[in-house]
Amino acid sequence: MEEKVFSRTRGLTGKPFHYCPGCTHGIIHRLIAETLSELDILDTAIGVSPVGCTYNNYEYFACDMIQAAHGRAPAVATGVKRVLPGSMVFTYQGDGDLAAIGTAEIVHAAARGEKICTFFVNNAVYGMTSGQMAPTTLLGQKTTTSPFGRSAAVQGYPINVSEMLATLQGAVFIERVAVNSVRNINRAKQAIRKAFKVQQAGLGFAMVEILSTCPTNWGKDPVSALKWVDEAMIRQYPLGVFRGQEIEVGD
Amino acid sequence: MSNRVLMKGNEAIAEAAIRAGCRHYFGYPITPQTEIMHYMALRMPEVDGVMVQAESEVAAINMVYGAAAAGARVMTTSSSPGISLKQEGFSYIAGAELPAVVVNIVRAGPGLGGILPAQGDYFQATKGGGHGDYRNVVLAPASVQELYELTVEAFNIADRYRVLTMILGDGTLGQMMEPVLFRDEEPVETCEKSWATTGTRGRREHNTIQSIYIEADALERLNNTLQAKYRLIAQREVRAETVNCEGAEIILTAFGTCSRICKNVIRQAAQIGIKVGLVRPITLWPFPDRAVAAAAAQPSVKALLDIELNAGQMVEDVRLAVNGIRPVHFYGRTGGNLPTQQEILDQIQVLARS
Repeated sequence: MEEKVFSRTRGLTGKPFHYCPGCTHGIIHRLIAETLSELDILDTAIGVSPVGCTYNNYEYFACDMIQAAHGRAPAVATGVKRVLPGSMVFTYQGDGDLAAIGTAEIVHAAARGEKICTFFVNNAVYGMTSGQMAPTTLLGQKTTTSPFGRSAAVQGYPINVSEMLATLQGAVFIERVAVNSVRNINRAKQAIRKAFKVQQAGLGFAMVEILSTCPTNWGKDPVSALKWVDEAMIRQYPLGVFRGQEIEVGD
Repeated sequence: MSNRVLMKGNEAIAEAAIRAGCRHYFGYPITPQTEIMHYMALRMPEVDGVMVQAESEVAAINMVYGAAAAGARVMTTSSSPGISLKQEGFSYIAGAELPAVVVNIVRAGPGLGGILPAQGDYFQATKGGGHGDYRNVVLAPASVQELYELTVEAFNIADRYRVLTMILGDGTLGQMMEPVLFRDEEPVETCEKSWATTGTRGRREHNTIQSIYIEADALERLNNTLQAKYRLIAQREVRAETVNCEGAEIILTAFGTCSRICKNVIRQAAQIGIKVGLVRPITLWPFPDRAVAAAAAQPSVKALLDIELNAGQMVEDVRLAVNGIRPVHFYGRTGGNLPTQQEILDQIQVLARS
């Protein structure tokens, strides 16, 4: 008798992802969807999709989903959570969405201690619009709008969002993870789980920053892209818990 | 609360919203409408409601978007520069077919302009403002009593058609005090919101709220749905008040604060032997073009005179309605100034003599 050892989580609808080969959005989607299913919160969850590569992840997550204007997901999530305080509300945002156009919304949602989770996917580039410089683009990194490499003198410095938000009292749990190795994926899953548990306990704002790959716009093959996360990204964006280390959420 | 209360216009809007079942308000301070926020901050906790002071008008309208998606009766209020910032959200609300109520207590523009009353946002309110093919229902009250009644009605219209309904007031209406006679029971319509993203609760497939449709045919279907809805609204929801129009020589057109000045002018004109009528649009969109055309078509009418607190905006809709059968003239003041009765009467006398 064959035993089924792996299958699609019921947190996903089954619609095939449209992401580029080697992109790690799919892994992150799966981790969030698995967590929704495992914590049995799929039917009280309401997600907010951003503008960017994941604009239509409302088609992938099996919970209720709202597509938001560019950068505004934390404000939309605030509206939802204030109406339905018993729901589990999360935003899924990229670095252009969250760290550029939506900076005000994320800072103030965190400062208000909105009881929502934000999954902030940092791949150091604008993906959807074809590889422009993001606020998180590394110094020296070439993009379509920094073709000679990002220069501190011309384009300024990358923004470390997790460290910045960790200074706010309303942000009770902030962790940065990556999904470029099995070990890191497992850690990422735990962080996502903790974020939802923090929301369940009504403690305040929780964000998991997830370092992700963009082989297409980085001009790398998928394996080199995973290596580049270790070699370059983590140097600028160290992994770890920036706030809420002491919070015990249990199983 | 006794049924008859002396209230500021802005407070009447806030109380009306609560009486209409609004329990979620998101705002950002701006003169001359901030009393609405003050009132909500005090009153919402009494009814287990929520008032959130947002970090910007942009955030406030997106909180409205989220709250409406979650099925709530929700409102935001602002004044002209703040309403400009909300336009992105209006377009998304239209595309996602969400019901919401927005109040614009208009101040003088352009730019930061001034805090005195104006009607310079007529184009922005009635012709779009945000991107794409969409309409908002726009209601134009002319008294504190009407601010109350039309705010209640705005929530019903918003829910009935899943549209954004705007109250277009001005600084005079927002700031002045008048007695308001409250009804014992509000005509609150309730409707099923099976489309709302409330969490599936194990009862159904997942709902999605979105305004993006990458395929041309899918987006055209949405647009066709929206346009059909707007045609229905244009058939059913047009409102206007006509005063003294039968057999009038001059027909005035004016909305909001201006219409009140015009009503006084009608009496003054009668004393000097000129019969003047008034068509006051209550819905600015849909525009009451039949009421305007009917008044204009009377053989007695020499001309129409449109009076606004701007450089001539609604006058374009009046001209479209009149369609060339009578001359349409305009007189307006800007910058926060109001026309005096005498200024309007002088214009009428010139037209009546010609």
